[in-house]
Amino acid sequence: MWARFARDRAASVGLAIIILFTVAAAAAHWIAPYDPTEQFFDGLTLEGAPLPPSSRFWFGSDTNGRDQFSRLLYGAQTSLLIGVLANGLAVAVGTLLGVTAGFLRGLTGAAIMRLTDLMMAFPPLLLAIALAAILKPGIGIVIVVIALVNWVQIARVIYAETTGLVNREYIEAARAMGAGPWRILWRHLLPHLVPTVIVYATLGIATTVLLEAMLSFLGRGVQPPTPAWGMMIFESQSYFLNAPWLVFVPGAAILILALAFNLVGDGLRDALDPTQRGRT
Amino acid sequence: MIGYLAGRLSASFLILVGVTIVTFGLTFLIPADPVAMIAGRTSTPQVREQIRVQLGLDQPLPVQYIAYVTRLAQGDLGRSYARKSDVGPLIASRLPPTLLLMLGAIIAELMIGIPAGLYAASRRGKTADKAAMIASFVSISTPQFVLGLSLIYVFAYLLPWAPLGGYGTFSHLVLPALTLGLAGGGWYSRMMRSSMIEVLQQDYIRTARAKGMPEWRVLLRHGMRNAILPIVAMIGLDVGIFMSGVVVVENVFGWPGIGQLMWQAIQSLDIPIIMGVTLVAAVFIVLGNLLADMIAPLIDPRIRLR
Amino acid sequence: MRKFLTIAAAALALAAASPAFAATKQGGAAIVTFNNDLTTLDPQIGYDWQNWSVIKSIFDGLMDYKPGTTELEPDLAQSYTVSDDGLTYTFILRDGIKFHNGRAVTSADVKYSLERAVNPATQSPGGGYFGMIAGYDDLTGGKASELSGITTPDDKTVILKLTRPDATFLHLMAINFAYIVPKEVVEAEGADFGKKPVGTGAFKVVNWTPGQSLELERFADYYRKGLPYLDKLTFEFGQDPTVAVLRLKKGEIDIVGDGIPPAQFTEVMADPANKNLIAEGEQLHTGYVTMNVTTPPFDNVKVRQAVNMAINKDRIVRLINNRAAPATQALPPAMPGYNPDNKGYAYDPEGAKKLLAEAGVGEGFTTELYAMNVDPNPRIAQAIQQDLAAVGIKAEIRSLAQAEVISAGGAGKAPMIWSGGMAWIADFPDPANFYYGILGCAGAVEGGWNWSKFCNKDLDARAEKADAMVKGDQQEARIAEWKSIFDEVLTQAPWAPIFNEKRFTYHSDRLGGEAALFTDPIHIPVNYDYIYAKDAQ
Repeated sequence: MWARFARDRAASVGLAIIILFTVAAAAAHWIAPYDPTEQFFDGLTLEGAPLPPSSRFWFGSDTNGRDQFSRLLYGAQTSLLIGVLANGLAVAVGTLLGVTAGFLRGLTGAAIMRLTDLMMAFPPLLLAIALAAILKPGIGIVIVVIALVNWVQIARVIYAETTGLVNREYIEAARAMGAGPWRILWRHLLPHLVPTVIVYATLGIATTVLLEAMLSFLGRGVQPPTPAWGMMIFESQSYFLNAPWLVFVPGAAILILALAFNLVGDGLRDALDPTQRGRT
Repeated sequence: MIGYLAGRLSASFLILVGVTIVTFGLTFLIPADPVAMIAGRTSTPQVREQIRVQLGLDQPLPVQYIAYVTRLAQGDLGRSYARKSDVGPLIASRLPPTLLLMLGAIIAELMIGIPAGLYAASRRGKTADKAAMIASFVSISTPQFVLGLSLIYVFAYLLPWAPLGGYGTFSHLVLPALTLGLAGGGWYSRMMRSSMIEVLQQDYIRTARAKGMPEWRVLLRHGMRNAILPIVAMIGLDVGIFMSGVVVVENVFGWPGIGQLMWQAIQSLDIPIIMGVTLVAAVFIVLGNLLADMIAPLIDPRIRLR
Repeated sequence: MRKFLTIAAAALALAAASPAFAATKQGGAAIVTFNNDLTTLDPQIGYDWQNWSVIKSIFDGLMDYKPGTTELEPDLAQSYTVSDDGLTYTFILRDGIKFHNGRAVTSADVKYSLERAVNPATQSPGGGYFGMIAGYDDLTGGKASELSGITTPDDKTVILKLTRPDATFLHLMAINFAYIVPKEVVEAEGADFGKKPVGTGAFKVVNWTPGQSLELERFADYYRKGLPYLDKLTFEFGQDPTVAVLRLKKGEIDIVGDGIPPAQFTEVMADPANKNLIAEGEQLHTGYVTMNVTTPPFDNVKVRQAVNMAINKDRIVRLINNRAAPATQALPPAMPGYNPDNKGYAYDPEGAKKLLAEAGVGEGFTTELYAMNVDPNPRIAQAIQQDLAAVGIKAEIRSLAQAEVISAGGAGKAPMIWSGGMAWIADFPDPANFYYGILGCAGAVEGGWNWSKFCNKDLDARAEKADAMVKGDQQEARIAEWKSIFDEVLTQAPWAPIFNEKRFTYHSDRLGGEAALFTDPIHIPVNYDYIYAKDAQ
């Protein structure tokens, strides 16, 4: 499996990018030239405009006179933290509910699946905005909100896989040999779900990074002054025709990180199960 | 078949009932007092109490819910706090631009996805195929607001080929439709490619090739016809994705649809509009899913059995 | 700053005497752009800065202000008299005033319109302004359907009886909520009246496509002969101000309604071609930070004064492209009662630390700063946050939707609020309008707009006494008293005043008129009734 993954050049590049971003985020404290929240008095022109890239501010200054490069590095922390935690939570909840529904069936299973049907009837972004409005914004809440929105897809996929597996002959055989439900679950079911979970744990991060950026861009995500890429674009949008780098640099960062997770997830899917291809 | 459809229809109806419970709940979950928002900053407690009674907020919750659903059944979506006008007509007047934008996006994603997928399938394993598939990942990894701003910067500002935003002519539609549809184009190119690859392995394709039919005709006549059905089913599911996208895209481009209305309502916590747009979006999504469900048996007859 | 809930007026001391309008010819058209759609054109309901001036061009009230100034003059009223005790106002209507549907205005319309504003069924956000009219409590309490204090002895005469003298009453007859509407149309249209308004004003509505455009046309029977100058006035919505500036340069539009966006400001101002196209004016606006005086540590006046000294207002003004002046006190400079001798709190972080130490919080403390989540307000909040951090106050930012901030402020849940985007431009040019709702006990209730919850009974009593001075020869004393009240407010420091915003209106070369008309303190942003098209001259 790893050999197959390593042969996938796109996925390898994706993995390299993820490692690079992770290192940059982890080492932001040492790499970043400035404190990402320090607003320099000379970080703005006399008319209050941000400064273009220079030897002092490598990626220019933002509309509060802060160093854009430092904010970008620390922004990677925010994106990765939310991406990994929110998606991890979504995968955990989705897998738990999906397996429960598929394994138990009956009323519980039907109830869980009807709940996913209901969730699917709402546009995910609107759901996230509504949840963010109900709960107080902040990094922890953003994680919870995204997880609450994203578990649905995973639950449905895991449910479909589980019901498929439960009907397989070997499970029937195990049952006939007197294996209890827990044993069937642990020994015969869960191991077969692992590939799917791994693939979704990776692809889902891309979705999460994009959703977080969108929430921040709409002013509904992480609270300032915590640097987050979507918020950096939100804050400099008014200057974007005159200082396009303020929009395009964080924009490119979001794109590259999401792309990397998509490539790796796709590579994993091919490596784990070459016949399985499809949307999300 | 009729049993299957009836089952899907009743399931859709139940979902919509669930949706009304959620939208109803918004009034109480969103941290803003409707009465204070209506009454404004000069109001006295006396006036606020009167308005509370007018809105029926002094009634028990089940009574309020029944009243809400009864009004909905009569086509009454409530009255906006900030605009002091009925939500139904307000949404109705904003719906045509959004539907136009979605139509444009569907055309854009088909025009991008189908040719790209066809081409990639015909070059399977070659560099062009790989490039197309990487491009498809780039398109699905691009945040829509970044894409929208980039398109504005390049095509409306640097090269003034398109208007900088607004609504009215065909040229206003191009950039927002592309922004909304590009990610879907990426998905469709991948789907088109894989279903083409599957179709191209079928016997009748080999027969057609053996008969000396030109390759492009094989692809278009026999391949595409069979590969396109799954995509049509996907369009139904796209509605949900679009309903999220329009909030961002309409705001970036100043497009006067329900996404913009929704965003303005969220900013002012105009709950009746938020409830109304959510409900309308849910109806569209449920209809889209129903459409996908109806097409599904045509693709794979086994589905009927379930 | 995009969305003010409230709007208003500025006492703008115009050097020029009343401009010579007589020679101006009618004709021509103008296009104004806005980013957001108008919400409503119902005068008893509309209460945001965008619809405020459009309503003023469609409707009229008993009183108005001279164009470009804050000087009161009778409008639909031909004359008025005030009784000696200040409790009875008698207005005589002009002859020949017609609604857009052709019907003549009578005194019954005035009575109906004021009652409509007060009646809770209308859900008017401004109804509370008329609490001094006799019968107010009965109408709002549901005990009566009319205001007993308004009588109409004949078609032309309206008599208003008050329960207390109020020096601001004539201003109240000039605000939008008191504008005259035709009963039969309001009743026929119901909730749609705000979409299909019929008034007596200079322009009438021809067509409104929500989210896209609003077309107004000159009202031929407008009572001021020769006005308005423009034949046609079109508002286009969904137009980003950045785009609007580019379109104005191309000659496609005439006024950028939202103002010049920050990024283009320097460039637009520096362009010599724009020399005569940008009107600059003051407005009655103060941006401030509230501190909830009912909760520690802001219950200590020294802490509040320390916050005032910790904030570097000059840098914040630079953040918004110098389109404001640092504020020294709650009242803006153009407002009567502003005290030019009071320099307020100078930027002094060391002094602030000393005060905090005296207050027993020398090691600093943690608090929350609420702000509306529309640019530039989160940026201003972050600048304030950094300044406070320098003296040891750790303020976490809560950047929320406008309504959420207002809700938190009204409930007293927000320790600090940056007011930008929400408050406060006066509704009328009088210091009283800067006091009761936002600094007095009346506003310090659940749901009120006094987010500091500052309630000083002594000051309230002095304010009420000042407002009871209704006679002409008392006005100087009244303003002096207000000045002293606001000096005391500054010492008590429930707010940290940050800046007073200025207004810059960018218009095309096709339009003419005094600069003051393009930054009218009452008709914000532009007094559409008096500007004219150069190509029609």
